[in-house]
Amino acid sequence: MTVTESTPILELLAGFIQELREAGLPVSLTENLDAMEAVKHIPIEDRAAFKYALAATLVKNNNHWQAFDTVFEVYFSLRGQQYTIGEDGESSSLDELEDLDDADGQGQGQGQGQGQGGGQGLTPEEMAELLYRALQSGDQSMMAGLARSAVRQYAGMEPGRPVGGTYYLYRTLRNLDLDGVLDRLMQETRDEQPDMGKLDEKLASDEYKARVEQLKKEIEAEIRRMLVADRGVEAMARTLRKPLPEDVDFMHATRDEMANLRKAIYPLTRKLAAKLARKRRHGRRGPLDFRRTVRASLSYGGVPADPKFRNPRPHKPEIMVVADISGSVAAFARFTLHLVYAISSQFSKVRSFVFIDGLDEVTRFFEGVEDISEAVHRVNTEADVVWVDGHSDYGHALGVFWEKYGKDVGPKTTVLILGDARNNYHASQSWIIKEIADKARQVHWLNPEPMSYWDTGDSIVGEYAQYCESTNEVRNLRQLEAFVEKLV
Amino acid sequence: MADRFTDVSTVRTQLRDVDYLADDGISGVVYLADRLEKPVLIEGPAGTGKTQLAKSVAEMTGARLIRLQCYEGLDESKALYEWNYKKQLLRIQAERNKDGSWSDLEEDIFSDEFLLTRPLLEAIRADDPVVLLIDEVDRVEIETEALLLEILSDFQVSIPELGTIEATQIPLVFLTSNNTRELSEALKRRCLFLHVDYPDLEREKEIVLTKVPDITHNLADQVARVVRSIRQLELKKHPSVSETLDWAQTLMLLGVDHIDEQTATETVNILLKYQSDITKAVKEFGTSDELVS
Repeated sequence: MTVTESTPILELLAGFIQELREAGLPVSLTENLDAMEAVKHIPIEDRAAFKYALAATLVKNNNHWQAFDTVFEVYFSLRGQQYTIGEDGESSSLDELEDLDDADGQGQGQGQGQGQGGGQGLTPEEMAELLYRALQSGDQSMMAGLARSAVRQYAGMEPGRPVGGTYYLYRTLRNLDLDGVLDRLMQETRDEQPDMGKLDEKLASDEYKARVEQLKKEIEAEIRRMLVADRGVEAMARTLRKPLPEDVDFMHATRDEMANLRKAIYPLTRKLAAKLARKRRHGRRGPLDFRRTVRASLSYGGVPADPKFRNPRPHKPEIMVVADISGSVAAFARFTLHLVYAISSQFSKVRSFVFIDGLDEVTRFFEGVEDISEAVHRVNTEADVVWVDGHSDYGHALGVFWEKYGKDVGPKTTVLILGDARNNYHASQSWIIKEIADKARQVHWLNPEPMSYWDTGDSIVGEYAQYCESTNEVRNLRQLEAFVEKLV
Repeated sequence: MADRFTDVSTVRTQLRDVDYLADDGISGVVYLADRLEKPVLIEGPAGTGKTQLAKSVAEMTGARLIRLQCYEGLDESKALYEWNYKKQLLRIQAERNKDGSWSDLEEDIFSDEFLLTRPLLEAIRADDPVVLLIDEVDRVEIETEALLLEILSDFQVSIPELGTIEATQIPLVFLTSNNTRELSEALKRRCLFLHVDYPDLEREKEIVLTKVPDITHNLADQVARVVRSIRQLELKKHPSVSETLDWAQTLMLLGVDHIDEQTATETVNILLKYQSDITKAVKEFGTSDELVS
C-alpha cells in the first residue's frame, strides 16, 4: 500500500536522507547506517512505528521534528491511483464517502452523480451537513473521508502546477466555513445543556476546536498526497522545504513561524543561562587565598599541602539595550529584549530603551515581572516612542538618549543598539555613537538585515558602525544566541 | 541477550501490564533499542515519565535496574570504577613482613579484588539481566560526557591496570535528559533519540484511570480535558503528568465527582506552581463570553 514495487526501500531511504540534509538536519553517516539497520526490523506497513524508527535514528533534536515530519509525509505518504488529480480519481473517493454514508444510516448517498460539474458527488449543503455530523461525533474515518471529498470538490487542483498547496488549502477551507460550523456546534451544545457552567463550555469548545484542527490536518495531508502523486517526491519536497526554527529569519517570519520561535526561545534562554552560569563557576581560579591556606595547613601539621584560592569574581557587565521597534524590525527587538531579560542574572544591571523617532525608557515594564513575554508585549503597546510621524529617525532618537541618559553611561556599561539603521534620510547624528563609545565599555550594533543589504537605500549602518566595537548580522535565533554568549 | 521482544505491539502490551501506557513512538523505540542494541536517549519536559519508562522496562523484562544519577562534578570514580585504596594499603602493609617480589604485589593489588565497581561497570559485568538508567545526563559537564561514550557504543570499559572489560551481555540502556543544555553530537550519535511529550487526551485519561484507583470514567475524562485546555495556554510551566495525577487524587479525596469552576479554581494550585500561571489559568476558566473566537 505504501511504496510501489519498483522503488526498493533502501533507494527511497537514501533519497529521504538526502532531502533531510538539504532541509538542514545534521544526519551523520552513522545515523544513516542506523536508519538502514532499523528499517530491517520494522515493517514499512506499520507506518507509525516505521516513522518513529526513522525519527529515533535520524532526528536528535526535537526542534527538527517538524521538518522531519514534512519530509516523511512527502516521501512515505500513501500513494496510488486514487490520488491522481483529474478524472480517474473521483469515483473511488465518492464510493468511500458513500460507504460512510450508508454506514451512518442516513442515506444521503443519493446526491451522487447529480452534483454540478465533473461528476462531483455532494451539494454544498450536504457537504456542510456531513461536516457538522463528523465534527460532532469526532468519528475518525468519517473525518478522513470528508477531508478527501472536500479537497476534490473545493480545492480545484490542476495537474502540473508548481505550487506548495497553501493555495489549495485556503480554497478548501474557505468553502467549508469551519468557523460557522464551530459556532453551530457550540450553540447546539448550549441548547442541550442549558445549565452548563463556564468551565464545561470552555472544555466543549476546546474539544471541538481540537477536532477542527485535526480535520484541517487531514485536508492538508490529502492535498499533499495528491500533489506528491502529481509532481513527484523530489519536486514536492523542494517546494515544502522550510528553514529550521533556529534559522528562521526574524524579519520575514510568518505567523506560524513566529509562534514556533516564541516557543523555542524559552528553552533557549534556559539553556543559555545554565551554560553561562556553568562557565562562570568553572572559570580560571583566582589568586591564592593566604588566610584559608594557612587555616587548611593546620590539619597537615603546618605544611601548606592544600593551597586554597580565592574564587574569582568575574565582573558582570551592565547592559543598556537601545532598540528600534518600528514595524520592520519589531519582531527582532522583541526577541532580543526577551533573551536579554531572561538571562538578566548574568548582568549586574539591565536597562532598556525603545525608539521609533522618539525614545522611551522601558526598564520599568520588566521590573519585578515574572512573565517576560507579558512585559515585552507592554513595551510594544505602551511605550511612548512616537515623536513626529512614527517613521524611524535614528538621529533624533539617539539625540534624546544622549541628552537624557547619556550621563548614566559609564565605563562598565555595554550598550547594545538594535536596528536596521534605515533612517528615512534623516540626519544620522553619528557623533553621538562616538561620544557613547568613548564613555562606555563597549558599543555593539545588532542588525537584523542580511549583510548584503547594509548601506543600501536609506540604511546608514556603516556610518554608525565605524564607532562601534562590533557590528553584527543577527537574523535568526542561532546568530542571536551566538552573540549573547560572546557578550557575557 | 537481544530479542527480548517479538514485535512492537508486544512491547506495548507488556508495558501496559506493568501500568505504563506507551504510545507508538515509545514502544517502537524500546523495541528498536533491543534489536539494534543501542542506548535510548529520552528527552522531554519534566514529569512526563522518562525515568518511569526505564523502571517499567526493567520491571517488565524482570531485569535489575542499575541507576546512575548524574550531577555536576560526577567523575569516573563515581560512575565507572575506583580502586579500593584503603584495602590496597592494608595489603601492602601485610606484605611488608613477608618478602614477596614487588611485581607480584603490584599485580596483586591491581586485581579484581581491589576494584570497586560503580554503576556503569556493574551494569556491563552483571550476569543477570539488567537495565541501566543514566538519569539526567544533561547535568554532567560536557567533558564528563566523554566517560560514557565507550560504554555506550561498545559496551566495554577500559581500565589501564586491568585491560578492557567487555560486557557479558548487552543491557538495555536508557539516558534521560531535561534538555537544560545541548548534549554533544558524539553522545547523540550513539543513541536512539526519543522525545517524550505530554500525552494526548486519550492517553492521559487512561493514565489517570490506571494510576488513580476507583476514579470514575467521567471524572478522569474531565480531568484530562481540563489539563489539555490548560496546556494550550502560554505558561511558564505546563502541568506534568504527575501533577495531573496529584490533582485527580486530590479531587478524589475531596469527593468531587464533577469539576466546576469553583473546584477548579480552588485546586488549580496543585497543577500549576507559578502564581502568574495560576492567575492566567483562572482568568481563562472565568471567561465564557468569547468562547468561539
